Amino acid sequence: MNGNLFRGELVRLTAEEPELLGKSFSSWDRNSEFRRLLDDEPPCLWSAKKIQSWFEKDIQEMNERSFQFLIRTLQDERLIGFIGLWDVEWSHGDAEVGIGIGDSESWGKGYGTDAMRVILRYGFSELNLQRITLGVFDYNARAIRSYEKAGFTHEGRVRKAIFRDGSRADIVYMGILREEWHVLNNEQLED
Amino acid sequence: MKISEPLFVAQDICLAPIDHEKDAEIEARWTHDAEYLRLLSLEPALPQSAAQLKKRYEQIEKDQDEKKNLFYFTVRMRADDRLIGFARLYWIEWSNAGGFVQLGIGDPNDRRHGYGTQTLRLLLRYAFDELNLYRLTAVIPEYNPVALRLFSKAGFVEEVRRRKALNRDGRRWDLVDLGLLHEEWDARQASSR
Repeated sequence: MNGNLFRGELVRLTAEEPELLGKSFSSWDRNSEFRRLLDDEPPCLWSAKKIQSWFEKDIQEMNERSFQFLIRTLQDERLIGFIGLWDVEWSHGDAEVGIGIGDSESWGKGYGTDAMRVILRYGFSELNLQRITLGVFDYNARAIRSYEKAGFTHEGRVRKAIFRDGSRADIVYMGILREEWHVLNNEQLED
Repeated sequence: MKISEPLFVAQDICLAPIDHEKDAEIEARWTHDAEYLRLLSLEPALPQSAAQLKKRYEQIEKDQDEKKNLFYFTVRMRADDRLIGFARLYWIEWSNAGGFVQLGIGDPNDRRHGYGTQTLRLLLRYAFDELNLYRLTAVIPEYNPVALRLFSKAGFVEEVRRRKALNRDGRRWDLVDLGLLHEEWDARQASSR
């Protein structure tokens, strides 16, 4: 049994806190690049209060189809982002993973990859999923590299799905199967 | 310009509104055919009563009215207005001009007559020429070759293959995303003229 299911090498995953998330997102969103890497909606600037109310509603309605966490650094417990599994299809054992590192000072330092390894372990060894899926914009090279490092395989591209700054970008889809994660994990254990 | 060319009428079938009185009884029968449900949806197959479907119709029209990201049609025979299926454009995302497309022909006896092909042609014209969408996605399980062929024939190409994403009848199947872009559809229209 692994008693440190929520802990990686650089970060740990903790429970959602609406008030903190409201303040953090309200400030992260002012960096439009964060938002345009994260999702396909036009970036908006919302108050901490409004965002907090969404997270409160979200937690109330939390059901067995989503598992969401904060990402905090092991070094100083600082909140740097969020990660979660959404749209869990229990009958098929598939789920979508989403991650965002809001604090841009923390980009490119391995925190995201570490958090992804932690949630893959959670998905496969606690939720017993068969596979985990993600979508990422083709202009987010840093994220794609991180997902490849965490063990994801490219599964295709939804062509020209995003229209921004006058050009069209693809959504790259990646997936990792349970058996692939097991192989990867055994290799890491042997290292 | 082809303003006078009907958007909702094909050779044998037409797109039509929901009939809240009569449709639910017919669709309830279709949902007791597990094969129909499993070809259409990833959700665990579950029959629906006419009463449940009536509520669902209310919800569909409410969503279409309020969210503005759904266009739902019933499919009927032109000759006698008999309900044979449904068709919808859904999850439309206006800023990127993308959406999803799905259709179902409920009674197995109404399949293999080209009604699906006619329905899809109407839907594509509506999506590209009326809504001005840029791209459409269809999500099809690997075990539904009839749908894969239907969408491929209309110009859709395979874009994503989610390996082993489905578990049915004791084995795992891929889930396939097919996509069609506005310019690809335009090119096909021009060459068929």
